[in-house]
Amino acid sequence: MEHVRSQRGKVLVVDDDSSLSEMLTIVLHNEGFEPRVCANGDKAMAVVREFRPDLVLLDLMLPGKDGVDVCREIRAESGVPIIMLTAKSDTVDIVVGLESGADDYVIKPFKPKELVARLRARLRKFEESAPESLEIGDLVIDVAGHSVKRGTEALSLTPLEFDLLVCLARKPWQVFTREVLLEQVWGYRHAADTRLVNVHVQRLRSKVELDPEDPHIVMTVRGVGYKAGEPTGG
Amino acid sequence: MPAQTSALLAPLRSVLHLWRRSIQARVVIGTLTLSTVLALLAGWVVLRNVTNGVLDSKREAALSQAAAGFAAAQSRLDSAPDVDLLDVGAVLNPLLDVLAPRAEAVDDYGIVALGPGSLTGPASEGGVLDAGFQFDADASIPQELLEKVRSTEGSWRAYTTIHPAEAGQPTQPGLVVGSQIQVPPSAEQSTGRTFALFYIFPLQEQRETLSVLRSALITTGAILILLLGTIAWLVTRQVVTPVRLARRIAERLASGRLEERMHVRGEDDIARLGLSFNQMASSLQSQIRQLEELSRVQRRFVADVSHELRTPLTTVRMAADVLHDARQGFDGATARSAELLQAELDRFELLLTDLLEISRFDAGAAQLELGDVDVREVVERAIEASSAFAADRDTELTASLPTTPCLVEADARRLDRILRNLVVNAINYGEGRSVEVQVATTPEAVAVTVRDHGVGLRPGEENMVFNRFWRADPARARTRGGTGLGLSIALEDTTLHGGRLEAWGRPGVGSVFRVVLPRRAGGEWTEDPLPLKPLDADLAMVGAPYVRLSGSAKGAL
Repeated sequence: MEHVRSQRGKVLVVDDDSSLSEMLTIVLHNEGFEPRVCANGDKAMAVVREFRPDLVLLDLMLPGKDGVDVCREIRAESGVPIIMLTAKSDTVDIVVGLESGADDYVIKPFKPKELVARLRARLRKFEESAPESLEIGDLVIDVAGHSVKRGTEALSLTPLEFDLLVCLARKPWQVFTREVLLEQVWGYRHAADTRLVNVHVQRLRSKVELDPEDPHIVMTVRGVGYKAGEPTGG
Repeated sequence: MPAQTSALLAPLRSVLHLWRRSIQARVVIGTLTLSTVLALLAGWVVLRNVTNGVLDSKREAALSQAAAGFAAAQSRLDSAPDVDLLDVGAVLNPLLDVLAPRAEAVDDYGIVALGPGSLTGPASEGGVLDAGFQFDADASIPQELLEKVRSTEGSWRAYTTIHPAEAGQPTQPGLVVGSQIQVPPSAEQSTGRTFALFYIFPLQEQRETLSVLRSALITTGAILILLLGTIAWLVTRQVVTPVRLARRIAERLASGRLEERMHVRGEDDIARLGLSFNQMASSLQSQIRQLEELSRVQRRFVADVSHELRTPLTTVRMAADVLHDARQGFDGATARSAELLQAELDRFELLLTDLLEISRFDAGAAQLELGDVDVREVVERAIEASSAFAADRDTELTASLPTTPCLVEADARRLDRILRNLVVNAINYGEGRSVEVQVATTPEAVAVTVRDHGVGLRPGEENMVFNRFWRADPARARTRGGTGLGLSIALEDTTLHGGRLEAWGRPGVGSVFRVVLPRRAGGEWTEDPLPLKPLDADLAMVGAPYVRLSGSAKGAL
């Protein structure tokens, strides 16, 4: 029984507004997820450890610990996908949220279907995995095993960063525009916010590049987008 | 000629400029002018008085000397009656005995005696009796005086120029005193004869004294004028320097450096000016700080309100969505209520978004995210986005676009919003008749016009349409869609790009909205790529049938 329910996806809702939390619970339940609510930022980390969610919906404005801090805290321990809920649509607020480790964001008020689509896009990636090995720069990616290695050293990436890297590595000859990446990695059907891509490419580089200022794995193609670095056979 | 004139005028203009701009220059120039006039006047008075004094004493001395000489000569002649009156030498030689010692003793005047010859004859007819210096008696004794002395009794005087005996020597000023001398009748001659005797006094010494005095006066005057000018310059500088300092600090204050203050020293008027100035600056600063604080608080308030509104709205929205999805199971009225709830929530959301956008503009927080945008694509996107609404209103949307890319430096999101707002507005007020979008470019700018053939605008409404929540006809306002903020936001967006958004309209004919954007954000352009007023506007005005035709033609297309 426990196994079946976890297959449906455990979603932790961190939000102090009880009505919204309850409404989210209803909608998520209807969509077949297993939701749990945490109303306080200070307790969020404990609930994450205990509940082991497949995805976290995190309000940026929380009593106690701020959403951004909670996001950093979770990210320090786990690569669980985090979707921010925010009432602020200004660039600064969104970039701060993304830089603290959130994978995606949804601006209030959102349509429930839109939220569910984002949730599924983030969870979908767990399902598909065929044995596959890719090379990008001096890195080797084991797609099925969800691991990236430089030589013998394993690099720790979040699922989203892993997806981004795999997406680029699968077609090393192709230059990906930010819009295409948004569609393939985040599951946006039509072009939305390219800031998402910029922030996550920076985060990914800080983990996989030897020198993030001089990237050799995720290369920038000026005016177009990004492409994978040449495999060096390492 | 004009070039020459302007070359001549240039320095004059710069002096005029200085005169207008600088108090110091004005005071210094004024002081110099007045003190020059004063010095000239004083110099003239002093010089005249001194000249008179010097000349008067000399004249007095000369006249008494001459009078003594005349008397001595007369008495000598009176006491020696037996002289041949025709022998001039015989008459005059004895006079030498009387007069010469005087001349030798003083040596600064000459004595000329003229014989009884014709009254019009030259002075040399007589001859120079004696003199301490050489001179040309003919030239030196004025003719007028000569005649006067010969014709009238008594002694006469005149100022003259003494000409030297030899050419090449300098002339000198002099005083001539002349008098008749009677030679009494003798045995041979029954009637006496008249001689003229002249004393010539050179005034060279006086002239030299006066010229020394004059040059001393001129030097003193010049130095005095210069000193006065310098004093004026120094004194005005005392006043002008703080004033200029105040001006500079006022300019800095105006440019936003509110912490600038004047340096106050002492307790004089200038110090008090500085104090008042600083008080004004402090009060300005605190006012501005207060306004900034207010603006910050308001911005903060709007952000908070938006957050506070958005969270419950999200809940309501989700609840409505759940109800909407389940409406098949409801009875008719409840199902319809769920639909209305859903639709109005959309409007509410749009309104909230627009209000937040407007508040960002008001707070000055709106920022451009510039990139190269092809306006043709923007128009196509706007038309695509509005096509469902257009179909709903039975409106045909057409676009006439150039074949080449129309690139501008713009914020794609804002440009999309401008065009979408204009197209939706045109459909809204187009009464189901066609809406045409046109794009044209010049090297400097890109223009887009959106034209409808609907209700149009009454005169004066061209600017009011951009007012917030303004509606042409309040009575029918509520049946139309939109938030009432679309055109205001479009105007703000356009202004943010340094572009222009204008409207033209005629009642019953339709309206045109034109956006002109510079190719580079904030750039300038001289010629609008498209006219605001359509070329066929007057044609359409002539007859309503034209409007009807275009309306009915839509069905055929």
